[in-house]
Amino acid sequence: MGKTIIDKLWDKHIVHQEEGKPDLIYIDLHLVHEVTSPQAFSGLRMKNRPVRRPDRTFATVDHNVPTVNRFNITDPVAKKQMETLRKNCEEFGIPLADINSPEQGIVHVIGPELGLTQPGMTIVCGDSHTSTHGAFGSLAFGIGTSEVEHTLATQTLWQSKPKSLKVQIDGKLGQGVLAKDVILYVLSKHGVNFGTGHIIEYCGEVIRNMSMEERMTVCNMSIEGGARAGLVAPDDTTIEYLRGRKHVPSGQEFDQAAEQWKALASDEDATYDKEIHIEASEIAPMVSWGTNPSQTAPVTGRVPFLNECANENERRSVASALGYMGFSEGQKISDIKVQKVFIGSCTNSRLEDLRLAAEVAKGRKVQQGVQAIVVPGSQNVKVLAEAEGLDQIFIEAGFEWRESGCSMCLSMNADIVPAGEHCASTSNRNFEGRQGAGSRTHLVSPAMAAAAAVHGYFVDVRNLESAEAVH
Amino acid sequence: MAGLTTFRGKAAGMDRVNVDTDQIIPKQFLKRTEKTGFGQYLFYDWRFQADGSPNPEFELNRQENAGATILVANENFGCGSSREHAPWALLDYGIQVVIAPSFADIFHQNCLKNGMLPVVLKAEEVEYLLEKAKSPSYELIVSLDDKTVSDAEGFKASFPISSYWQTMLMNGWDEIDLTMQMDEQIRKYEESIG
Ligand code: SF4
Repeated sequence: MGKTIIDKLWDKHIVHQEEGKPDLIYIDLHLVHEVTSPQAFSGLRMKNRPVRRPDRTFATVDHNVPTVNRFNITDPVAKKQMETLRKNCEEFGIPLADINSPEQGIVHVIGPELGLTQPGMTIVCGDSHTSTHGAFGSLAFGIGTSEVEHTLATQTLWQSKPKSLKVQIDGKLGQGVLAKDVILYVLSKHGVNFGTGHIIEYCGEVIRNMSMEERMTVCNMSIEGGARAGLVAPDDTTIEYLRGRKHVPSGQEFDQAAEQWKALASDEDATYDKEIHIEASEIAPMVSWGTNPSQTAPVTGRVPFLNECANENERRSVASALGYMGFSEGQKISDIKVQKVFIGSCTNSRLEDLRLAAEVAKGRKVQQGVQAIVVPGSQNVKVLAEAEGLDQIFIEAGFEWRESGCSMCLSMNADIVPAGEHCASTSNRNFEGRQGAGSRTHLVSPAMAAAAAVHGYFVDVRNLESAEAVH
Repeated sequence: MAGLTTFRGKAAGMDRVNVDTDQIIPKQFLKRTEKTGFGQYLFYDWRFQADGSPNPEFELNRQENAGATILVANENFGCGSSREHAPWALLDYGIQVVIAPSFADIFHQNCLKNGMLPVVLKAEEVEYLLEKAKSPSYELIVSLDDKTVSDAEGFKASFPISSYWQTMLMNGWDEIDLTMQMDEQIRKYEESIG
């Protein structure tokens, strides 16, 4: 019987296998940030343990860096966390893209852009959106701090092999329908735990036609469906993206690696534990209306009526979301007004995302009463965006152009949505209080977020005059 | 970590689905660089009102739930982020066992790695426990030895746990110590990949 890419990746990394135990698997790349690592380093120090492979470890600061005045950190606790990481990296010899580095950025943005992320690797990070790196055909998953410590000390993890889940998306996406809409649609249809215990392989014509940036957006939100990892088999798109990046091999070595990467694809006759099929034509631009990412509807739709709920648990969850968001049953999505707009986060802060938002922003003005911020995912993204004038388009339209970091995705820094306000956000989670106590988050694509900024409420990007500009 | 074999404690119910880690420990409290001291912030936004006073409506603030060490929860408990601060906060607050029909994967792992026991029971069993936990002094006995949860009134249900984690928890073993003993094998693997 054939093997899936998941089987191939797994088998390749087994260090030790024994009946009745999880497998001990080797970790090729460990990404570290300031929030989930301090306790792991102090654990090492307590037991006098070194970091086994500092050369397979890479750190950055992203979660609580300020996006204005980045060198003037006023929050003493955030400052301490960043300083702690700096000290830990020095002591243990780990490379760090610090706040003043041109390579600094959100950990899931810089891994790929520096070529640290490569097909065939196992990649972990103390962050649930590590699944982003799966876009390259790597096995990438989020871990807790104990596992961060375990990885630092041993470069391995004990893991039971998850089941495999194929999500196949066939057909062609309509104009104005973006990668974010695809994953939000999957979640709206299959819920927040359809992937629990599984690794997802995304495939089908839609995925094949996607750029690496789009694949990252899709894989990023695998965890929102409960799956620890989501991946896409490497192909020419993957290889062309990686060619020439800082940490990938060059010349002949690269071509050899590329051959091996392509061989990772699932065999024709491979079988999966579970399969989901989706038709691209069903997907419209999506807007989340509730307090988990599956509570999402097409922009042309409405929030549910309580009597439509399938069971008591769902009814309670919908009722509580409606109460938190301040909605009445059946309210139209296009009637939702926004006061904040956030374009950023590891889901949608790459150059291509910013281009999509800029196309909508160009020549328009942010609605009065709306604050809209654009936070590039990394310093590299920022420099490239400025080189093609995207910053000017945003600034002229009344958006704020910021420095790179996680920012309003989880509002650990000063970028907060005040209680009761609605925020069109390109991030990945709309949990209660995620963007600040009482904040009301609506997950959307970069184009939909920009359109909400200029109108002050949600509009269908397919109806914008220059809609032909949005691919 | 001390070993855990049989645990007896007062049960509190939290009948909500998809309780996410952002609720268990809101992000403004993630900035500590220690593992302790998170209990005071557990379920902060639900537990306290805007003026900082306890919210009387919140489950764990109810009189009958004071001193609970076992939390009976509902589907998909612990979904969301990988923050280990979630189990740290529960443990620091005094919760040693969480019972639910299902857990999010990372949270489930994170509990085990901190010597806290996530117990998966059938939906109808959890429903029964949620009902029972409404009474002020309802106690449960969780035995890791025979993998059961029982009460004094004859309720008894078994739960799945891998023999690996059963042994780890019962002995209070440190996973890193175990792995470091396999250094030779890890080195061989590293040689093989160059
Ligand atoms: S951008 Fe948001 S989801 Fe991504 S790593 Fe930062 S906080 Fe986590």
